[in-house]
Amino acid sequence: MDASTRDACPARDAGHPAGGVADATPIVRVDGVTMRYANGVSALDGIDLDIPRGRLTTLLGPSGCGKTTLLKIIAGLIPPTAGTVAVNDRIVTGPGPDRALVFQDFALLPWATVLRNVAFGLELRGVPRAEREAIAAKYIRDVGLAGFEHQYPNQLSGGMRQRAGLARALAVDADILMMDEPFSAVDEQMRRKLQEDLLSLLQVEKKTVIFVTHSIEEAVYLSDRIVLLSRRPSRVSAIRDTGIAHDQPPDQIRRDRRYLDTVDEIWDTLKQYLQ
Amino acid sequence: MRQIAPSPPPGTDAAVLPRAALAAPGIATPAAAEGASPLPAPAQARRAGGLGDAAWPWQLASFVLVLAAWEIAGHWPVSLAFPPASRVVAAAAEMALAGDFGRAYAVTLPPLVAGIGIVGITGVALGIAMGLSRAFEWFALPLMVVLQTAPIAAIIPLLTYFYGVSATSKIAAVILLAAPIVVLNSYRGIRNTNASLVDMCRSFLGTRRQQVTKIMLPHASGMIFAGLRLGVSAGFIGVVLAELLISPTGIGDLISYNRSIARYDKMFAAIVSILALATVTLSLLQRLENRLFRPDHAVP
Ligand SMILES: Nc1ncnc2c1ncn2[C@@H]1O[C@H](COP(=O)(O)OP(=O)(O)O)[C@@H](O)[C@H]1O
Ligand SMILES: [Mg+2]
Repeated sequence: MDASTRDACPARDAGHPAGGVADATPIVRVDGVTMRYANGVSALDGIDLDIPRGRLTTLLGPSGCGKTTLLKIIAGLIPPTAGTVAVNDRIVTGPGPDRALVFQDFALLPWATVLRNVAFGLELRGVPRAEREAIAAKYIRDVGLAGFEHQYPNQLSGGMRQRAGLARALAVDADILMMDEPFSAVDEQMRRKLQEDLLSLLQVEKKTVIFVTHSIEEAVYLSDRIVLLSRRPSRVSAIRDTGIAHDQPPDQIRRDRRYLDTVDEIWDTLKQYLQ
Repeated sequence: MRQIAPSPPPGTDAAVLPRAALAAPGIATPAAAEGASPLPAPAQARRAGGLGDAAWPWQLASFVLVLAAWEIAGHWPVSLAFPPASRVVAAAAEMALAGDFGRAYAVTLPPLVAGIGIVGITGVALGIAMGLSRAFEWFALPLMVVLQTAPIAAIIPLLTYFYGVSATSKIAAVILLAAPIVVLNSYRGIRNTNASLVDMCRSFLGTRRQQVTKIMLPHASGMIFAGLRLGVSAGFIGVVLAELLISPTGIGDLISYNRSIARYDKMFAAIVSILALATVTLSLLQRLENRLFRPDHAVP
């Protein structure tokens, strides 16, 4: 199974042109990660995975398959039962400055303004107030929240809250942005807008992104690479490079033949697991 | 296991252009797209104001209604021991002018303030410790649960065996009544910390100390202050009970003395004075909480 997975994943072979813009060495290596929770739930079963540098990789799988678990393990928030994660060739033992998370439920401090929330990662690191607020203000503008610096989260819509969550993650200047179903709590139109805005933003910010979703369309629209996870206990069932040019106008992508074909192919693959 | 065929040969199209090399405008117009605010302004004010501005006409109406009912019931009369509101107000004015309240509260307030102070500091600290540490939880939780359900009024007279007829007995009564609710609320407040906020704090490299001070305490402040408000109410009850049951002094003496000489208007005036004082204290406490921890509840 491992060998065949590799076949479907050209970028893993050193020197293959699929490496493309990405450096030859993956920025994150997940090696044999297995997770069994204390209550006996077996969430992950031997995940092997390389995340290419500078690309957006999506973990796609059904709800409850262990996507959040895998993301938390890569983030260093929970230790795996077995296996290792390495970031830039260093084994992960806890959270690090090279990784920043965007949360499904936003995880904003309700008692803090947008400005303080966005600066919070820097506040925890002891960056002086004036400096961190200047950095936060820049990212608040970049995500399109200018003018809302002094509002509280309960005064913002879901889409705007997630913009704040994204700005907070960008503000700490980590190499890797990890987004756990960031747009799932937002209504459909706003989700599309957020997806488009994320793509524009990523053209300016040079980041490796690990994106989690259970939406095939969202995965194909955003990703350079899609990792399909099977149902719990989760394994990597396939890896697919979309080959979509993300620098084209956002509305073009949804009409791109590759986009449409990839959505179909992934659906064909996933269908088998639904029986 | 089925495979998906690799995508078209990469390196042949625009996908290989580095993203960073392509200048992109930032993100445009979310405010226009999402609307400036999810709520219309009045709704927002109501939510933000909490007990504040929008609620006061109702509070006033309810107050007037109760006073009117009381006045009518007093004139009915329901009982000789139930004077109308107007006579109680007159009695209160008379007592205030004669300095009765001043003398009574000079005796009642010090043990009350001392008891509340002790509970406010050590009770909150104990509750927080119980929320943070299994050892404290194991040690103190059963005691607090028992204290909360025990009929403390029956125990208060026994305090004289330990502390005699003294201010110390009153302080002990205040603590016995106020502590359980303050401790348990603080404990639950910490325990209910939003797990996602803690993950957020850890992922952005927050230390355990920062987790406690920047996430758990502000998050728990609502429950802690709710506990303090209940504790203050319980403390008022405690000190009056002690004055009624142990040593007829202070405001408790004002109540029992006037009852014994059938000056029910004065007795009710004394009771109402306690209610008024408790209400003012509680609303000050609410303001303090908002100012210290929840500025988002106080936005205009
Ligand atoms: N802290 C936990 N303790 C026990 N089981 C958990 C815990 N967190 C998640 N699980 C279980 O692990 C499985 C995978 O969860 P999760 O990673 O959240 O899935 P996904 O993000 O793909 O929806 C689920 O069955 C879930 O119930
Ligand atoms: Mg999840």
